[in-house]
Amino acid sequence: MLSLMTIGRSGRHRMLIGLLFAILGAIGAGSGIANAQDDDGVAEIKGSLVGKDEAGERVGIGGVTFTASDLDGVEVARTTSAEDGSWSLSVPAGTFDVLLDESTLPEGRSLRNPEKNPVQVRLVEGNSKSALFPLGEAAESSVGGIEVVQLFVDGLKLGLIIAMCAIGLSLIYGTTGLTNFAHGEAVTFGAVFAYLLNSVGLFGWKIHLIPAALVVVVVAGLLGGAFNRFVWKPMRDRGASLVAALVVSIGFSIFFRYVILFIFSGRAKRFRSYQIQSQWDLGWFRLAPKDLVLMVVSVLVLVGVASALQFTRMGKAMRAVSDNRDLAESTGIDVERVIRQVWVFGSGLAALGGVLFGLTESINWEMGFRILLLMFAGVTLGGLGTAYGALFGSIVVGVFIQMSTLVIPTDMKNVGALIMLILILLVRPQGLFGRRERIG
Amino acid sequence: MDWGAIIENTFRGLIGEQFIYFALAAIGLNMHYGYTGLLNFGQAVFMAAGAYGLSMSVATLGLNFWWGLVLGIVVFPLILALLMGIPTLRLRADYLAIVTIAASEMFRIIARSPSLDRWTGSSDGLTAFANTFYEFSPFSSQKRYFFNLFIGNQMWAVLVGWIVLAFVVLAVWLMMRSPWGRVLRAIREDEDAARSLGKNAYAFKLQALMIGGVFGALGGLLRAIGTQSAQPQNFITDVTFFAWVALILGGAAKVGGPVIGAAMLYGVLNFTDVLLRQLVDNGYIPESVMDGTQVGQVRFMLIGLGLILLAAFRPQGVFGSREEMALDDR
Repeated sequence: MLSLMTIGRSGRHRMLIGLLFAILGAIGAGSGIANAQDDDGVAEIKGSLVGKDEAGERVGIGGVTFTASDLDGVEVARTTSAEDGSWSLSVPAGTFDVLLDESTLPEGRSLRNPEKNPVQVRLVEGNSKSALFPLGEAAESSVGGIEVVQLFVDGLKLGLIIAMCAIGLSLIYGTTGLTNFAHGEAVTFGAVFAYLLNSVGLFGWKIHLIPAALVVVVVAGLLGGAFNRFVWKPMRDRGASLVAALVVSIGFSIFFRYVILFIFSGRAKRFRSYQIQSQWDLGWFRLAPKDLVLMVVSVLVLVGVASALQFTRMGKAMRAVSDNRDLAESTGIDVERVIRQVWVFGSGLAALGGVLFGLTESINWEMGFRILLLMFAGVTLGGLGTAYGALFGSIVVGVFIQMSTLVIPTDMKNVGALIMLILILLVRPQGLFGRRERIG
Repeated sequence: MDWGAIIENTFRGLIGEQFIYFALAAIGLNMHYGYTGLLNFGQAVFMAAGAYGLSMSVATLGLNFWWGLVLGIVVFPLILALLMGIPTLRLRADYLAIVTIAASEMFRIIARSPSLDRWTGSSDGLTAFANTFYEFSPFSSQKRYFFNLFIGNQMWAVLVGWIVLAFVVLAVWLMMRSPWGRVLRAIREDEDAARSLGKNAYAFKLQALMIGGVFGALGGLLRAIGTQSAQPQNFITDVTFFAWVALILGGAAKVGGPVIGAAMLYGVLNFTDVLLRQLVDNGYIPESVMDGTQVGQVRFMLIGLGLILLAAFRPQGVFGSREEMALDDR
C-alpha cells in the first residue's frame, strides 16, 4: 500500500490488452508493424518491469536480469530489462522457470510476492507469453491483525458501497419494472467526473475531493432526472415493452462505457486527494483513516436514506409505488413524480458510491459495469424491488466477496458472488425480503 | 485516402470471417429470443465454450482435434445451458438475462485469472490447437483466393464456415417447420396457454437454450480455429451484443434474419472502422480528437447506439415483420 506501488495484475492485463489492440489495430490499418512472434518455431517470454517513483508516476526499471531455465534447471536464455522496463526472452517451445535476479533490482525496490519468483511459463511453438513480476510491498490484507476480521471489515466497506449504488437500481426496478443496466455507468460517471474535478481540474482549477463529491452527486442526480425525462418517460408513454426498455438500457450502458473509455483512456487512475495514507493498527484489523471516514459516511447516508424512506412523505410514496403501482396511483400519489424522484436520488447515490469506490480502489472506465453485477447479486439476494432488501443483500454480498478470498484466489473473488446469485435463484428466487408473485 | 481498401474491407465484412462467427451466434440468439422469447445476454459465453472446449481439449488436455470438436460443439455448451437454464427458466424473463450476463463476467474473471494459467493460458489464451484442421486445406498458403480477399488458410476456414452456416440455416428452417418449432413459438406467444395444452414449457425452453447455445458455440469454435487462438478478450460480455444487434437488425424470428443482420452489421462496422483509420492516418481527424487505438472503441459505441435506436424506433428490424415478432411485443 505504501511507498512503492506497482500496477497490480489487472492493471498489467489491461496494459497488455491495450498493447494487443494496438498491434491488431496496426495490422488492420496495414501499417506493417511486425508481429512479435517469430516464424521459425521459437517462442517468446516477455514482460515489463514497472514501479512508481516518489511522485507516484509509473516508471520502467532497467538493468534487471531475467533468466529462463528448463525443468532440469539448465539455463536457456538470459536478458536484462531495457530502460523502459521491458524485457523478452527467446526460447524454444516447452516449460520454463523464469527467474528475476533480485540482487540486480535497484536500491529500495523489492518483489511484492518473493515466493512467486521464479514464475513457471508453458509455451507452444510460435507462442508469446508474458511473465509478471509485480514490485512493491505485499497487499494490505496480508499484514497484521486477524485475517478473518480484516476481511470482514474490508467486506463491510465494499458492501456499504454496493448498497449505496444498488438502492437506486432496486427502486427504479420497483417503480417502473425496468432492470436498468446503465445504472453501473452512473457509478463510473461519479468516479470519473470526481477525478476530473479533483485531479485534472476544470479550467485549470482543481478542487478538493469533498466539495468535488458534492458537485458530482448533484450533477449525477440532475442527469438521472434528465435521462428519465427524455428517454424513459417517452418510452413509458409509448407503452414500450419491458424487453425493449431492457435492450435500450443495455445499449446506453455500452455506449456510455465506451464514451468514457474514449475520454478517460483504459488506464486506472487515482484521486489526487487521500492517495496514500498509513494505516491505523486497531489490534484485530488495520484500517486507513480514509476508509474509516468512508464507512462512516456511507453508514450515515444509508441510515439517512432508510429513515427518509420510512418517515418522509416522499419516501413513503416511493415505497408505496414500488409495492403496488396501481394501488398507489388510485390513492392519489403522483406516480410520475415519484419515478422522477427515484431517478434523481438513485443516480446521485450511485455517483456517490462511485466516488467512494474510486477512493478505496482505483478509477477505471468499466468499474461501474463490474459493480453492477455485484449489485444484481445483492439486490437479488435481498429481493428485487425492495429498498431495505437491496441494502441488506448488498452488504452480505460485499462481506461474502472478501471472506471468500480465504478459500479462492483473490483475483477470482467476484466469481463467488456471482455463483451466490445463481444459487439464490435456484433456492429462493424472490430473495430474502421479496414476495413470490414478483418473479412469475 | 485509399478507397480500394475501404471497399475491400466493407465487402469482407459482408461475407468474411467475422460475418460467419456472428451470424452463427445470432442464429443461436434467434433460437433463444426470436422463437422462444428467452433473453440470453450471455451468448459470448456459449461462443467461449466452443472456443475453449476445442482449445483446452487440444492444448491443455492433449486430446486430438476430433475430440476437441465434440467437447467444443456438444459437451461444453450443453453443460453451460443446463447450468444457466435450470435455475432461471421457471422465472420471469429478466432473471435469465441477469444470470447469463453474470456468467459472461464469471468467464472473463476465470479465463483471465493467472492462478489457472496452466489450464486456460490466462489473458494470453491458448494458441496453435487447430493444426489438424489446416492440414486438410486444399488451398495453397502462397496464393490469394476469392477476389484476392483471403490467403490459403483463411480461405479454407471461411469456406468451411460458409458450409457450416448453410447447414445451420437449413437445420433451423426444418426445426421451425416441425411441430416442435410450433410449440416454441406458442410458448413465446403465451406460455400459460402452451402449458394448459399439456406442453412442458420448461423442458422446451431448456431444449431451445441448448440448441441455440450449440449454434453460438459453433460460431466461437470457428472463430478460435480461424485465428488459431482462444483469448478471453475475444469473448467479453460486450461481444454478446454484437450478435444481438445483428439479430434485431435482420429481424428476429426469421430464418435468414440473423444472417442478413450479421452481414449488414459487419459491412457497416468494417466500413466505419477503415474509414476512420484512413481519416486519422491522413490527418483529416487530428490526433487530439482521436488516435489509432481509439478507432476500435468507436465500434462499440456504434453497437450501443444501434441497440438504442433499433429497440426504440424499429423493434422488428429492417426486414422482420411486426406481426411475427418485434422487440416490444410485450
